[in-house]
Amino acid sequence: MKILVCIKQVPDMESKFKLNGEGNWYDGTDLAWRMNEYDEYAVEQAVQLKDQLGDADLTVLSIGPERVKEMMKKALAMGCDRGAHIADDDFFKKDPFEIASVVAEFAKDKGFDLIFTGMQSQDRGSGQVGVLVAEMLGLPSITTIVDFAFDNGQITAKRELEGGMKAIVKTRTPALMTCQLGLNTPRYPTLPNIMKAKKKELLSIPVSELLKVEAKQETAKMYFPEKKGGGLVLEGSVGDLVDQLIKILKDKTAVLA
Amino acid sequence: MKTLLVAEYRDGKVLNSTYELVAFAEKLGADSAMFLVGSDSTLPAYTGTLYLADVGKYSEFNPAVHKQLLLDVIAREQPDMVVFAHSSYGWDLAPRISLALNAAHISEVVDIVDGVPIVPVCNAKLRRAVKAKTAQMVLSLQGGAFGLENEPSGSPTVIPIDTDTAAQVEFCGYEEAEAGGVDLSKAGVIVSAGRGIGKPENLAMVEALAKALKGEYGASRPVVDSNWADHGRQVGTTGQTVSPKLYVACGISGAIQHLAGMKKSEFIVAINTDKDAPIGEVADVLVVTDLKEFVPALTEKLKNL
Repeated sequence: MKILVCIKQVPDMESKFKLNGEGNWYDGTDLAWRMNEYDEYAVEQAVQLKDQLGDADLTVLSIGPERVKEMMKKALAMGCDRGAHIADDDFFKKDPFEIASVVAEFAKDKGFDLIFTGMQSQDRGSGQVGVLVAEMLGLPSITTIVDFAFDNGQITAKRELEGGMKAIVKTRTPALMTCQLGLNTPRYPTLPNIMKAKKKELLSIPVSELLKVEAKQETAKMYFPEKKGGGLVLEGSVGDLVDQLIKILKDKTAVLA
Repeated sequence: MKTLLVAEYRDGKVLNSTYELVAFAEKLGADSAMFLVGSDSTLPAYTGTLYLADVGKYSEFNPAVHKQLLLDVIAREQPDMVVFAHSSYGWDLAPRISLALNAAHISEVVDIVDGVPIVPVCNAKLRRAVKAKTAQMVLSLQGGAFGLENEPSGSPTVIPIDTDTAAQVEFCGYEEAEAGGVDLSKAGVIVSAGRGIGKPENLAMVEALAKALKGEYGASRPVVDSNWADHGRQVGTTGQTVSPKLYVACGISGAIQHLAGMKKSEFIVAINTDKDAPIGEVADVLVVTDLKEFVPALTEKLKNL
């Protein structure tokens, strides 16, 4: 069984963001980078499936500059067997269609039985890439899964719907799954596995070898939303803040009456 | 300008998100037609042409088949925009349609400014204006971004549609949300815990504050996903939608999905160390402090009032 997991490196969402010089993306300097949260669930599900089957080959793929290799090493330490780094310093200018085309071009002749992706990235959040890859490769796809079971080529997944309801969906391999938060409990890499990961294959491929299409959309500009007027910001010592808030609650709400 | 609105149907009902699509077309002053895989016994309240495929025959979740049904209607209507809700149905089907049409798909649209769609980035801390480079466009709209001005009304002119495309997946039915939670929609005060509480033991202080305010405690998704609180306590699009007299968000950054579940609360207090957290956009009061010190102090003072 051959499995592909697609992951993305994103900034910590608690970061103070600044705009880049062109005003079309956030500035990448001085940010702490991590694996997109949704993708951690994708990696974990692939590794769990390998554990279940006993025999599987897991490739982890990521597109981006040199720094994404650090995150790929984490995926290798979690249990992926090999890494394919698509080297691209201009990744943030590419639209979901271009990114998906690059992944599909990489995957097309490799006979992957299963592909796992996150359901969206935490920064751009289009939610498109996984589905597009499946469509380009002519595979069935199930999006937003919160449960996954595999038995002899048969996949039974649960899709998360609004309001906590789930849809139970079946399909057969080859197929693609996009993973929602809560699908599993992503493992922390152990020190021995981190050491082992250093010896695993991590190839870099220039994006120009795989990119054969043009973008269908572009960022005209990026900006900070205007703050809603009227919201009061309180700062100071804990004791003062408590008194101020209680006064506000007495004045503005009926809950302390 | 001509739009084709992709209505949503679940468990025997037309979903309310359908009417947000109608509101969107009205806001644009665009002509519209509607597509629905549903039933002629529960038609949407809509004045216009409705292309209707029978859900009994094509099932509520069947992407390859719904895709073909919709592509046939698009070929007939030639809309400038195909519009979805950015929901579990919309984000699944819209990319399939955009690829087949060779059209740009712009996701999670919250506004249209000078004809250009606006989308959130980085947990809504930033916005992006996105220009399509294709004449035809596929849009998926963030829930609640385009509100209903009027109560939906009218009855559509139905055109039945069919296809003989083969399915790629099998839809086996629904699993209901886990029972056993409290009905937060009935609580007058809700104090919710977010990832900022740091560790599961700190849920107790949120619970204590809720008790001191004679309310219930709730939780954001990350807290529930980490098994620190039951799903029955979750506030947001995949949990409960609430509108209490007072909502206190403790260590909740304010993901769009959480805001959608609580922004109609009468009074919102946010307690957060991050002054720029998106929760500040809906909060009446943002207390910038460490909740681990502030919440117990507030609870103590309230008890002694």
